[in-house]
Amino acid sequence: MEPLLEARNISKVYPNGMAANRSVNFSLQKGEIHALAGENGAGKSTLMKILFGMEKPSEGELRLNGAPFSPSSPQDAISKGLGMVHQHFMLVPSFTIAQNVILGAAPRKGLSVDWKKAAQETADLSAKYNFSLDPNKRVEDLSVGMKQKVEIIKALYRGAKILILDEPTAVLTPQETAELFSQLFKLRESGITIVFISHKLKEVKAICNRITILRGGRNMGVFQVSDVSEQEISRLMVGRDVALKYDKDNIPPGDAILEINRLFLKNEDGKTKVSNVSLSVPGGRILGIAGVDGNGQNELARAVMGEIPIASGEIRICGKPATGKLQGVRQLETGYIPEDRMKQGTAGDASISDNLISIRLKSPEVCSKGILRKKKISALSESLVGLYRILCSSADQKVSMLSGGNMQKVVVARECSTSPKLLVADQPTRGVDVGSAELIHHKLLELRKNGTAILLVSADLNEVMELSDHLAIMFNGQISAYFEDPSQVSEEELGLYMLGLKKQEGIS
Amino acid sequence: MPSLVDMLLNPSFWFSVLRVTTPIIFAAIAALITDKAGIMNISMEGTMLFSALAGTIVSALTQSAWIGLLGAMAAGVLLSLTLAYFTLELKTDVILGGVAINLFADGGSIFILYLLTGDKGTSVSLASKVLPSVTIPLIDKIPVLGAIISGHNALTYIAAATVFAVYFMLKSTPLGLKIRAVGENSSAAQSVGVSAKKIQYLSLALSGLIASLGGAYMSMAYLPNFSRNMTSGRGWIALAAEAMGQGGVLATSAASLVFGFADAMANALQMFSLPAELVGIIPYVATVIGLILYSVRIKNAKKRRGASKKPL
Ligand SMILES: Nc1ncnc2c1ncn2[C@@H]1O[C@H](COP(=O)(O)OP(=O)(O)O)[C@@H](O)[C@H]1O
Ligand SMILES: [Mg+2]
Repeated sequence: MEPLLEARNISKVYPNGMAANRSVNFSLQKGEIHALAGENGAGKSTLMKILFGMEKPSEGELRLNGAPFSPSSPQDAISKGLGMVHQHFMLVPSFTIAQNVILGAAPRKGLSVDWKKAAQETADLSAKYNFSLDPNKRVEDLSVGMKQKVEIIKALYRGAKILILDEPTAVLTPQETAELFSQLFKLRESGITIVFISHKLKEVKAICNRITILRGGRNMGVFQVSDVSEQEISRLMVGRDVALKYDKDNIPPGDAILEINRLFLKNEDGKTKVSNVSLSVPGGRILGIAGVDGNGQNELARAVMGEIPIASGEIRICGKPATGKLQGVRQLETGYIPEDRMKQGTAGDASISDNLISIRLKSPEVCSKGILRKKKISALSESLVGLYRILCSSADQKVSMLSGGNMQKVVVARECSTSPKLLVADQPTRGVDVGSAELIHHKLLELRKNGTAILLVSADLNEVMELSDHLAIMFNGQISAYFEDPSQVSEEELGLYMLGLKKQEGIS
Repeated sequence: MPSLVDMLLNPSFWFSVLRVTTPIIFAAIAALITDKAGIMNISMEGTMLFSALAGTIVSALTQSAWIGLLGAMAAGVLLSLTLAYFTLELKTDVILGGVAINLFADGGSIFILYLLTGDKGTSVSLASKVLPSVTIPLIDKIPVLGAIISGHNALTYIAAATVFAVYFMLKSTPLGLKIRAVGENSSAAQSVGVSAKKIQYLSLALSGLIASLGGAYMSMAYLPNFSRNMTSGRGWIALAAEAMGQGGVLATSAASLVFGFADAMANALQMFSLPAELVGIIPYVATVIGLILYSVRIKNAKKRRGASKKPL
């Protein structure tokens, strides 16, 4: 059968010399869900941006329905029936769902937008695919999962027949992911062809027909998903076997570094987000906090870092009360990997090197008598870039040019290289490829070996189970279970605590 | 000596509030349009000044006030497009671009005036025209209200119409939707094929057009001729009004009225035996107080909702 969309020998070299695609072939059959897998920086987004008219290929050609196709802009690609849901959402927060959907293609009534028709058409599309979206709700009030649905409807409204989803599940909870999958099946039934970018192999196995694997900008092969194992896919993606088990050094725990006593936190509207949480983490140990997103884990981590005020209770770091200010907490030799690497973890317009030294400006290594020591800084940055395998053209490159995994490695390099006494890691590997995640995990374990106390918040059960010495589960702002030794608990049981169906006696 | 209460009860005082608010409203709405498209345009002062001069010259040459108005509009659009070219094509910082326009208009208007008239102060020697005033039938018969609302210059009514037209345009038309989208998240707009650059060009041009009406009002209505630096800070006061209006068309217009009120007070108080310098600073003091209130509010609003969404 002739492919619906085909890319032949596509190469792309960015103006900064980065070769993101090298002679890539890619083809899409009508009605399939086609996985595009590869580590961060493998060139997946670049290839899709080329299909979608956002980037011009340096070499190669595209064919749509057998005819040459060279989209000059997203508008052009949209008019030919392509739709793309970007890795970072492209929505206007203060607009309603309907306004976002019709933006640039608004139905008119006289001079004005036909608001009634806009809302109606949005509601119709939403109903057709079971999206249950209220067209008049503001996008800023939506959960991430809902925002993604808005993006999909946006594409469908413009008549998309081919839907490209760039790492759609990276930001979703397991429940939202399951929901998305059933909707993708529905879309496929109605004749829509889907490109599904992911590096979560379970997901690829669950919903895709075929898979194309990219590594270092090259196509490593196209397979029927049923013909390859997860191990084989990950080997092709990473180029080596990825260890899914880690060895933890057997060292005795140190003194209690982080102590949390009867902590309560409220949000801006006065709603209780964390109630009566007491925890303690000694040096050389990792305390995992698991739970479905939004059950207070993030607030807990931010409160420890002094980012949000404490309503009542106490947080002590190395015996000293945490000051309630990020700067103050940082002075207690605390490292922080925040949840959002783009907004909070890095300064996108600054160089990798500037980002790396931003928390050590007081150290004489970096800055003496108010003057930055350029040579020392560049030596330090070069060594961190090497040590943490940050894929970049040089340490002077802007952080915003990096792929997600590499951006996260910049954060991890910065926070781990100062040998902190306490490290707060909030979703350290969310949306990060297997290879980078493995590296980040190794670095966390290294810190543990050197006596750092680590508070690890993660929605990824595998991750917390593998790394944690102790495990707490949060539900609805409370600790619903605490395990001294999590290796004795099954995932199913953890799930019950995470969903609040079960609660340990005698806890808070 | 008349008392303050007498003054406030006198319809002619309120008439003058509307009179002095007119140029501020034009400039504030002009600033608002580009702000909505994500551009901080601070060139109102210069755009108005230059348009004021252009209106005078063109009306003197053609002996038609309306053609003079067209001349002023053309000058305003031209200046704004220059700013657009610098910021959108050459990627100059938009604030620096705005400063440049203001400095250019300040010196440039005097230079042109001197070339044409040999006078560095005013254009009285040019036989320029003035835009007509309009008496609104029926309304002018209503006691008090008629005296306040009727009999203004045509541009004052055009200002009122502009407020509502811009309000409608931003809120309800496809163009308004695009402008707001570009201002809030331009990559979102771009991803659905809306050209951010095109929208920003357009909004700068519109902004220049509207600001130019404020300029024409100064030299063809408020006063019958051009004089150097005759906008005397109104473009800046308008920016304060726009900031206080927080992006709302109606709120911005209301804030302009507050500043217009302060301005009219300053004029009226000159009848009392207060030092002229002291009275003259009233509008500016009002501006500073307004901006302080505004920034306090913004800070509180940020505190309330921002902590979670805003980066550190
Ligand atoms: N606009 C750009 N300019 C320069 N380099 C870029 C740009 N976009 C991406 N890159 C680089 O190209 C490579 C591939 O990136 P990308 O296609 O985003 O990978 P993926 O989506 O597979 O993570 C990365 O190394 C990235 O840093
Ligand atoms: Mg990507």
